Amino acid sequence: MGKVGIIGVGQSAFVRAYPGSLKELAFEGYKEAVKDAGITAKDIGASVVCSAPEYDKQRSPAGVIAEYLGLNPQPTFYVETLCSSSSMGLKLAYSLVKSGLHDSVAVIGIQKMSEISSAESQERMGRGTDIQWESPFGTMMPAYYALFAQAHMAKYGTTLEDLSLIRVKSSTYGPLNEKAVFRKSLNLENLTSPDSRMTAPIASPLRVGDCCANADGSSCIIIANEEKAKALSKNPIWILGLGAATNSVNLTGRKIYTGLPAAREAAKQAYEMAGISAKDVDVAEVHDCFTIAEMMAYEDLGFANPGKGKELIHGKETYKEGSIPVNVDGGLLSKGHPIGATGGSQIRTIVQQLRGEAGEIQVKDPEIGLVHNIGGVGLYGNVTILGR
Amino acid sequence: MGKKKEIDDRFKKFGTKSFTLTSKVNDFIDYLEKEKVMGTKCKDCNINFFPPRADCASCLKSDLEWFDATNDTGELVTFSKMKYGPIGFEKDLPYTIALVDFGDYKIFGRIGKNIADKDIQIGMKMKVKVNKLDNDRINYIFEKI
Ligand SMILES: [Zn+2]
Repeated sequence: MGKVGIIGVGQSAFVRAYPGSLKELAFEGYKEAVKDAGITAKDIGASVVCSAPEYDKQRSPAGVIAEYLGLNPQPTFYVETLCSSSSMGLKLAYSLVKSGLHDSVAVIGIQKMSEISSAESQERMGRGTDIQWESPFGTMMPAYYALFAQAHMAKYGTTLEDLSLIRVKSSTYGPLNEKAVFRKSLNLENLTSPDSRMTAPIASPLRVGDCCANADGSSCIIIANEEKAKALSKNPIWILGLGAATNSVNLTGRKIYTGLPAAREAAKQAYEMAGISAKDVDVAEVHDCFTIAEMMAYEDLGFANPGKGKELIHGKETYKEGSIPVNVDGGLLSKGHPIGATGGSQIRTIVQQLRGEAGEIQVKDPEIGLVHNIGGVGLYGNVTILGR
Repeated sequence: MGKKKEIDDRFKKFGTKSFTLTSKVNDFIDYLEKEKVMGTKCKDCNINFFPPRADCASCLKSDLEWFDATNDTGELVTFSKMKYGPIGFEKDLPYTIALVDFGDYKIFGRIGKNIADKDIQIGMKMKVKVNKLDNDRINYIFEKI
């Protein structure tokens, strides 16, 4: 059986409060991807809609969105793995194409978080953890990642400044990304000065500047089998490796607190499937919902040994000109994090990089790109490897 | 405990705000009321479960025994002091969530407010203790040994 290629990518702007409905938001990412692919709805055999429920008032959004996008009567699938929903959606779409069931599939990621208050949405995010045994203590996402930051600092001597340097990198590129919600430039002084809003504590040791913002947004990735991809697209980007793994929801079930085993397992699977290793990756998008999450991603993906992630950021190795550029589109920290849409946005960036169409943030001549997308606090791990 | 209600919703008393009404390990709440923090153990597989499970996924047995964690000594693995909380936890703020490793099992919870921030250190010896809350609610906290 042949390869599976990505023929179109799109995303909406990620914004604080989208002034339209869920399906209208989905249309924005979809429209860009269909135009990018140069196809029409009849070229798409099925859709996979990816979001985290609970934010939406709409029940069963997949069918409603498929109709609005003009994707009737094709079947639609609904996939949810919290913040990694659209990477998981890509994996499902890949298997639908690879099995021969459909020759082309659109993966639509979406989240409209602004329909509920920020406090409500934090609570709902928090319930992507163990609601029976952890939530009654009053947990939230920043606090979970803070537990990892605290453990990483204790074990490896990681400092708040190391984490701030990751945000500095993010905000080097955020201002260049017209789809990003946070486009202000921040320097180390802004992120470390006690007077700065960015150093206000959220959950120790994490501060405002260590956390990404909620956003509304949509993304769309269109894939096709080899024959169709070659017929429809001048420069399809091939899916070389797909890894996905799960881990204990309750933190008591983890063996380490300085990394995410689901990410390590997903990376291992994806590297094996692609027949490459970490050093072959030319450009990466990682799930930096918090600064510590990017630090752990460096180590979980094998870009650095455990505890050595800080050397990459200090040496600017993860900047555009470095040895392994990471999140040069601003990452979640600058783009914002519309849960279900995030994975598709990461994939879009890597596809643009591999096509050489990334404009100001273009990395020099990349051949292999990687996407690391995490659901919950490492409940789900997804790693996707793409190549020209 | 007198007669059980038709719906055994004892678990709704757990913590500041519970998101679970019914569970096969509802007896956990009765034990808390007797000042005991209990986990479950599969004797066949020799595995201690905390949080307690009703079922062992290794051997598929569902008649697990209870074990008492209340007097065990653990080590603080990690912690975070929260400045913001989810809806329903505003009155508790600020509070410190933590994870303590007891060797055969770990417990996730909060550190008692009587411990000063400067005295909290990863690796410190801690034990778990039942903690009565307002409005007849109940949970547990970690204390320094
Ligand atoms: Zn067993």
